[in-house]
Amino acid sequence: MSALLDHLPEFWQGLVVTLQLTVASFAGAAVVGLVITAMRVSPVGVLRGIGTAYVETFQNLPLLVLLVLAVFGLPEIGLKADLLVTAMIVIALYEAAYIAEALRSGVNAVSAGQGEAARALGLTFGQSLRHVVLPQALRTVIQPVGNIFIALTMNTSLAAAVGVVDLTAAANRVNLMEAQPIPIFVGAGLAYALIAACAGFVTGRLERRLVVVR
Amino acid sequence: MIQVKGLNKWFGDHHVLRDIDLDVARGEVVVVVGPSGSGKSTLCRCLNRLEPAGSGDILVDGVPAPVEGRELARLRADVGMVFQSFNLFQHKTVLENIVLAPMKVRGDSRAEAEASARDLLARVGIAEQAGKLPARLSGGQQQRAAIARALAMRPKVMLFDEPTSALDPEMVGEVLDVMVRLAADGMTMVVVTHEMGFARRAADRVVFMDAGQIVETGEPGAFFEAPQTDRARDFLAKVLTH
Repeated sequence: MSALLDHLPEFWQGLVVTLQLTVASFAGAAVVGLVITAMRVSPVGVLRGIGTAYVETFQNLPLLVLLVLAVFGLPEIGLKADLLVTAMIVIALYEAAYIAEALRSGVNAVSAGQGEAARALGLTFGQSLRHVVLPQALRTVIQPVGNIFIALTMNTSLAAAVGVVDLTAAANRVNLMEAQPIPIFVGAGLAYALIAACAGFVTGRLERRLVVVR
Repeated sequence: MIQVKGLNKWFGDHHVLRDIDLDVARGEVVVVVGPSGSGKSTLCRCLNRLEPAGSGDILVDGVPAPVEGRELARLRADVGMVFQSFNLFQHKTVLENIVLAPMKVRGDSRAEAEASARDLLARVGIAEQAGKLPARLSGGQQQRAAIARALAMRPKVMLFDEPTSALDPEMVGEVLDVMVRLAADGMTMVVVTHEMGFARRAADRVVFMDAGQIVETGEPGAFFEAPQTDRARDFLAKVLTH
């Protein structure tokens, strides 16, 4: 237990980095995921193709491979960026594929008549998506998107493997000094569990508040 | 107002519309009747290109209807449509349903849009429902709200795709009353319906479709009293016996 308490500043530092990774990656993933969803349901074939290719690519490659490629591969071709920022972007792009799939299932759950009515009134495809279809789709995918948020939180620990000193890396470092893996990693695990529990609480509240009466 | 020339439409191998020619004059009320699967709903949905045509021309107000994009959206803004399943936006109140398109498409201010929305709701008799979500309304109220929503765009023509088919019998009348008044006000209307009473009362012309073709067309009096074709006689014998 003292192994944990003696190193609270290190753990705190790591937790802050994990939270930064989580929040920034999720925000990025939400924006990119929304764009990919719009492409996948668009009437333009080329856009649909690009959206599908994106999802297939990022869902079928391990996040660790993408992180290693970005962190060690991009500098080889002259692209250098801050390590933390690189990790945020990679995780955002990767998770965007999952968010896009969740959102697409939400769009499919909205009855076709809603979009037809919007277009029949003269709204363009983009307007009907924005004002009519997506607001209803989002309400049906709060829970799956919450799950993706939790998975993303856990996935940020892979950034430790490419040198980001997040909560997992901090725990690892402390363990190298103290050699008490059980209290140290149980402590780190509890911190992750706390983030996940908060996410679960928020999605539950949102779901009850935004339920659509049909 | 609407001209259809040589319209054909296939669903796969199924030829649902065969060489349809139809002219709808300004202010005219055309009621399309026919058995299920005769293509009348598809015809109605082709008029504002919710259903893409296979071949043929559709002109609205003398202008060929654009096939896609912003030009098509502009055309649809002038062509109101009422659906069998109402299709009110479930997440918006009745008032928000009505003001959305005038604000986003016509660029009306919220104050203007809401004022005209309240006028329209009063006209269709549901002024007190403005703040409710659609799911809280009866079917008849929802359909009247949907009619108000379409009218809010000040359309040149209104399409009705079986507007009373999803309603409980006691609510059919309140929707038909609104439509009869609209017809009396001079609105150009194309109405696909099974309500023969409405056709008699409000139609300038009845179009009878069967198997994807327009089989017969005529004034309601003549059509119902003395149909010219066997298929129309058969159809009327089936629907008018009750």
